[in-house]
Amino acid sequence: MDSRKIEENVFKGLMIFSSLVISAGLLWILAVIIIKGLPAMNLAMITQAPKGGFYLGKEGGILNAIVGSLLLAGGATALALFLSLPLVLYLNVYLKKGARLAVFTRFSLDVLWGVPSIVYGAFGFTLMLFFGLRASLLGGIIAVALLIFPIMCRAMDEVMQMIPQELMNASYSLGSTRWETAFKVVVRQALPGILTAILIAFGRGIGDAASVIFTAGFTDSVSFSLFRPVATLPLAIFYQLGTPFPEVQARAHASSLILTIIIITISIGARILTKRFQGYVVK
Amino acid sequence: MEFKNHICVQNLNVYYGKVQALKNISVEIPDKKITVIIGPSGCGKTTLLKSFNRLIDLMDNVKATGKILVDGEDILDPKAEVVDIRKKMGLLSQKPYPLPMSIYDNVAYGPRIHGTKGRKELDQIVEYRLKESSLWEEVKDRLHDPASRLSVGQQQRLCLARGLAVEPEIILGDEPTSALDPNSSQRIEQKFLELKDRYTIVVVTHILRQAKRIADYVLFLYMGELIEHGPAREIFENPKQKLTREYIQGSIS
Repeated sequence: MDSRKIEENVFKGLMIFSSLVISAGLLWILAVIIIKGLPAMNLAMITQAPKGGFYLGKEGGILNAIVGSLLLAGGATALALFLSLPLVLYLNVYLKKGARLAVFTRFSLDVLWGVPSIVYGAFGFTLMLFFGLRASLLGGIIAVALLIFPIMCRAMDEVMQMIPQELMNASYSLGSTRWETAFKVVVRQALPGILTAILIAFGRGIGDAASVIFTAGFTDSVSFSLFRPVATLPLAIFYQLGTPFPEVQARAHASSLILTIIIITISIGARILTKRFQGYVVK
Repeated sequence: MEFKNHICVQNLNVYYGKVQALKNISVEIPDKKITVIIGPSGCGKTTLLKSFNRLIDLMDNVKATGKILVDGEDILDPKAEVVDIRKKMGLLSQKPYPLPMSIYDNVAYGPRIHGTKGRKELDQIVEYRLKESSLWEEVKDRLHDPASRLSVGQQQRLCLARGLAVEPEIILGDEPTSALDPNSSQRIEQKFLELKDRYTIVVVTHILRQAKRIADYVLFLYMGELIEHGPAREIFENPKQKLTREYIQGSIS
């Protein structure tokens, strides 16, 4: 066998191996969560807040954390979208390719992406102290929004950078302003990518523990107030895993299962939405 | 030509950074005729065309000096309203780029941004313009399908309908048939010939035979300079410049 054929086979083998490792890893994680969590799963887990002695193995559920996490991640995603969509449109529609400001902004976003989430938590906490806020849903939303903002921006930016200049020219040559081109053409063309970016950001936000420890706090009651502490699923998992009681630890796995199901549901929903809008995208 | 022309270029120079793409171009584009810009690749044909509707503004490091008068107004004047300039000209690009929306919305896009709101009125515009670009029969039953599902040839006719819907005075074509099959190309050429009674048409092409088929007036550019311009027959049959003759005979390309 000649050396080029060997080369081809070796690399093909390597690629298959990598793909298998990743898929197996995902399946393994799912299996662990399901095997350990399913026995502790019951209706009370998702319909009740913790009752007295919940962390000692008594009755209750984690409705507080489910509601809290959805509110917090949803709020943070909305806030981050509100900030990042104008930014990426500015980068891609208003600034010329290679403009110094664009290069600098993209570099900053990449740096921000790499900042650990505990730093956003600490930064958010300092901000809160400055404004005289206590640990609260609002504080958590701000910290998580800071965390997912660069992720969302870069994900949308990648898609918008792929849009051919000629498509924008087509819009300009009909006499549209930059604003019209941005919102009627670029946003529509990038819509599947924008939805994916929102999803990635939401998934990252709902699963993060470090940024919410100081900023969102924790509570055993179901709370909808912006100015009160809220419970979150990652912290609920953390506190339950931290107890010495096997039945409470099993509930931690059940909580992980719930968190995973939420993320998978949103992924699938976003895929369906993306498909629906894909039809209009010009190739 | 005594009458006032839509487009009148005076001493136009365009630079990309340090490279000069157009050198001191002065020419008048005749109204209600097909003017074809020919010349070898990289000679500045497209740059000249894109100067007319100021699409060159969108590129990096571009500087233009001189004047381009459109209806007597200098469009290179920084104070000129670029949206109004572009509204006067429909553009067909090399590859058709339908907007990411339905066939109907593509045609209605221009009228909508310029203030036409009524459903009935838009319906009429869409039908009229699609008929004008010979696409109506093929799409009338699927107006709300995504435009991206049309064939490339149909897309180019859609782009024509979309451009016409803003009621331009001028149609600019940047090698508008280069991505099309021969049959679709022929339909676009045919369309230009029909439309020239009502519109001033400027087309860039690198296909000499196409230029001969449709041109009333010809500009020959070489290395950024306007070597020769005149009525098509004169340029093709009796060029005054040696370069033009060589290009038309195919010895330079």
